[in-house]
Amino acid sequence: MLFTQNKPTEEVLESLGAESKIFLLACNGCAEVCETGGEKALSTIKAELEKAGKNLTGTALVDFLCNKVLVAARLAREMDKIEQAESILVLSCGVGVQAVAKVVDKVVHPAANTVSLGGLQGLWPADERCQACGDCALDYTGGICPITFCAKSLLNGPCGGAQDGKCEVDSEKDCGWQLIYERLEKIGRLENLKKFHKARDHSKMLPSRDLRETSFYDIETKT
Amino acid sequence: MKLTERFKEGKFVITCEVGPPKGIEVEKIIDELEPLRSKIDAFNVTDLQSSVLRLGSLATCRLLKEKDFEPICQLTCRDRNRLSLQSDILSAAVLGIENLLCLTGDHPQLGDHPEAMPVFDLDSVQLLSAAKGLMNGKDMAGNDLEGQPPQFALGATVNPGAEPLEPQIIKMEKKIDAGAEFFQTQAVYEVDKFANFCEKVEHLKVPVMAGIVFLKSPGMARFMNANVAGVYVPDSIIDELTSAGKEKRVEKSLEISARLIRELKDLCQGIHIMALGWERHVAAVLEMAGL
Repeated sequence: MLFTQNKPTEEVLESLGAESKIFLLACNGCAEVCETGGEKALSTIKAELEKAGKNLTGTALVDFLCNKVLVAARLAREMDKIEQAESILVLSCGVGVQAVAKVVDKVVHPAANTVSLGGLQGLWPADERCQACGDCALDYTGGICPITFCAKSLLNGPCGGAQDGKCEVDSEKDCGWQLIYERLEKIGRLENLKKFHKARDHSKMLPSRDLRETSFYDIETKT
Repeated sequence: MKLTERFKEGKFVITCEVGPPKGIEVEKIIDELEPLRSKIDAFNVTDLQSSVLRLGSLATCRLLKEKDFEPICQLTCRDRNRLSLQSDILSAAVLGIENLLCLTGDHPQLGDHPEAMPVFDLDSVQLLSAAKGLMNGKDMAGNDLEGQPPQFALGATVNPGAEPLEPQIIKMEKKIDAGAEFFQTQAVYEVDKFANFCEKVEHLKVPVMAGIVFLKSPGMARFMNANVAGVYVPDSIIDELTSAGKEKRVEKSLEISARLIRELKDLCQGIHIMALGWERHVAAVLEMAGL
């Protein structure tokens, strides 16, 4: 069970910026329980976006957004609506956002922060990783996580140690920032690299008191 | 003296790297610097270079200061969190250090303690921003410092040979916005490529110092080509070193470095020499280069 919390609406709108045509995609797994995904969150966020003057090209609900095969198969049916959109707002944990980025060449925006990886995830058979940093930055990095893909978890760009696109730590491993650069170039968002990221707030990695007091948190984490 | 003052004077600035010893015997490095006193504007003291345990940068910088050499304290994000880094920046000011070079740092896995926890609580851009904040009297949490804030010339690094180059330049711009006032580069052997880089960053109006690493042997050159990011020693230089033969190799190596300096001199505002144990040859190379 992955615990997620909604990003504030202002933060989501800020990250959508001038984009007006949005496809809304929600996870119906762990995020449904956290109310960051599922029908309920989908309709709440849909209303908020419409209120902010956004035009939704379509919406979809997928049981486990962390499962790339499932996501690819499900989104194939929505491709025309996704094509019309400038970006996809993803209502899921960081793993789900990365899965979507991997199967669709579109800008992805996370609508939630992942705060805990407590317990088992829905299904997660591939190479994405989420450290539940509590301050999802996938928005600016083309859906590739700098916390997990960069050996130094750098937020402001590559360290300069990569050789031929490989990490200085392991020549078999891709440099995370090289992947991010290529991805941003592909989706036409290289200007994202210019954003200055402040130092991480590590206290966001701790689940909030509200979350700790929920019954599902109890069930998953206490014996 | 702050290095930025030297640039303002319009001087072609020369810095040289000093690697603290693995131990506490510091006499040797001090002795090697003595002949360079009148030729070098400031000495970069490395911070556990290549993630290998050594004497610290802060203490070595203070020693240099006591001997009337101008130190540049290198500070990496590898081993300390933001509390410790900010505290060391304040300590540097108290110890009379006026130049800080802020780096991300190599990963611990590259060094002699690969089991160590990589910290990287901050990255180089955030470290520059933290240092600048302290210079403005505020810590990273927004709290006021008591009394006079510290003052430094803040430096940073850039790799002009990186491919792709664009993310390096974007990061360089972020470093300038965060507070960097001068740049030192990774080793340069391809003058054309460096000229292209200088052209691309000219609008940033910030002094750039080209990195010079002495090539001790053809083997070292080949090793760098295979293992050092963004550094390429052209075959012509490797051939030149090889054909000089063992007896004349040192002479040839110094000649190559002096030639590079002459060719790079008009493209940038200074050079940064990383002698890697050949400090005794630095004076001769500078002389051959006409500096």
